[in-house]
Amino acid sequence: MAQHKINYLSEGGLPVALTTVDKLVQWGRSNSLWPLTYGLACCAIEMMATGASRYDFDRFGTIFRASPRQSDVLIIAGTLTKKHSPFMRRLYDQMSEPKWVISMGSCANTGGMFNTYATVQGADRIIPVDIYLPGCAPRPESLQYALMLLQKKVRTESASRKLKPKRLV
Amino acid sequence: MRAYQDKKNVQAKAYYNDRFYVSPQIPKEEVSSDEIFAKDVKDLESAFSVKEAYIQRGQLVVYINADDNLKVMEFLRDKLQYNFLSELSAIDWLAKSGEFEIFYQMLSTSKRKRMRVKFFIKEKEEIKSVTSVYKSADWAEREMYDMFGVRITGHHYMKRILMPDDWHDHPLRKTYPLIGDEEAQWYEIDKIFGKEYRDIIGPEERDSARIVEKDTHRFARVKHEVPFGAEYSDEETQTEYQEEGGIPIVRKLKKSDVKILKERP
Repeated sequence: MAQHKINYLSEGGLPVALTTVDKLVQWGRSNSLWPLTYGLACCAIEMMATGASRYDFDRFGTIFRASPRQSDVLIIAGTLTKKHSPFMRRLYDQMSEPKWVISMGSCANTGGMFNTYATVQGADRIIPVDIYLPGCAPRPESLQYALMLLQKKVRTESASRKLKPKRLV
Repeated sequence: MRAYQDKKNVQAKAYYNDRFYVSPQIPKEEVSSDEIFAKDVKDLESAFSVKEAYIQRGQLVVYINADDNLKVMEFLRDKLQYNFLSELSAIDWLAKSGEFEIFYQMLSTSKRKRMRVKFFIKEKEEIKSVTSVYKSADWAEREMYDMFGVRITGHHYMKRILMPDDWHDHPLRKTYPLIGDEEAQWYEIDKIFGKEYRDIIGPEERDSARIVEKDTHRFARVKHEVPFGAEYSDEETQTEYQEEGGIPIVRKLKKSDVKILKERP
C-alpha cells in the first residue's frame, strides 16, 4: 500500500481549525437543547406545532423530553397562574445545570391581558428568564427564532457556568 | 422604534366604572299566564311558604325560605319533574343589605320548562348542601364557597375548587379588588421565596405596555444585549462563536479563504 505522508500544518495540507474548549462545548450544547414537554395554555398549542413535522424542531437538535431531569430548556408556554407558580418553580429547580428559560407569549412575559388577581405578572418574578418571546400566541416561526437566539446566547457563554454566582431570580 | 409615552396603566379604564351597578330588570309576568307554572307554584305553595313568584323571560322565578332549600329541591325533583340542576351560585348584595342571594337554575326535560329557585341569606349564615338530591351541585357549591365565601353544611368535600387552599378572601365578592389584595399580589413570592424576598423582587408591574429601555434587569435590546443588570450599551453584541478579528493563534475560517485542491499535492 502506498504510504501517504500528510503535513497537516503546511500549505496545501488538510484544513485545521483551532478553537477554545468553551466554544467547542457550548457549540455542542447549543445544538442539542432539549426542552421540557410542558404547556400551560394556548401557547402550548403553538409549541406543539413547532415540535411537529411541519416546522420540525428536531432540525435544531431540539427534542422534547418528558422529565425535567433530562431537559436543558424550560419553555414557559402560556398563562402562569399564581396557583400554579410553586409547581413551575419546582420544575425549574428539578432541572439540572446548565439550564435556560424561554418565556413564551405575552402572558408569560408580563401577565398579558390578565391584569387580574390570579395571574403572575411576568414569569420572571419567580424564574430567571433568558429569552422573552413576544406574541399572543407567537407563531411557530417565532419560537424557532427564539430558540436560535438562545443557541447564539449559549455559544457566547463560558462552558463552566456553575462558577458564576447564581442569581435567584 | 416608536416614541415611548408613559401610559401609566392603559388597562385601568374599565368598561363599567361602578362595580355596584345594578342593571334594570326586564318585565315580569304573572304566574297565572302559564298553565304549567301556575300548577307548579300551587303545588309548591301547598307544601312550603313561597314568598314571591313571577315569570321572567319565559322562566319561573320562585323565592322561598332559606331553611327549606333541601326539601324544596327534593320536592321539585320527585313531584314536579324538575330533573336537572343546571347551575347554582350566589349574588353579592353585601354592600346593599348584607345579604347573599342564592339561586338554583332548574330544568325539566319532560315539561320542557326552566325555573329558578331563589332565597336570601345573611353573610355568615349557613345553607344546606343539595348534593344529596342533585350530584351536579357538588362542584358548583364548592365554587360558590370559593368565590363568595358562602358556608355550606352537609357537603362531603367542602374545599376551595379554583383558588389555592391557602388563598385569602373570596375573589368574586364585589369588594374584592380586581388586581387582588396584598396577600394575592405577593402570593407567589411569599410561597416560593418567603416574605423577606418581597423587597428584592419588588411589587408587580401592572402596566404591560411599559418599556424602560435602559433597564437591563427587565429589558434587552435586540442586537445590543448586555448581561443581566449590566450597564446599558449601544455597542453591537457579538453573537457569532468565532470572532471577526480572531484571537491569538485562532483565525476565523471564511469560505472565501478556503482553497479547494484539484488533486493531492
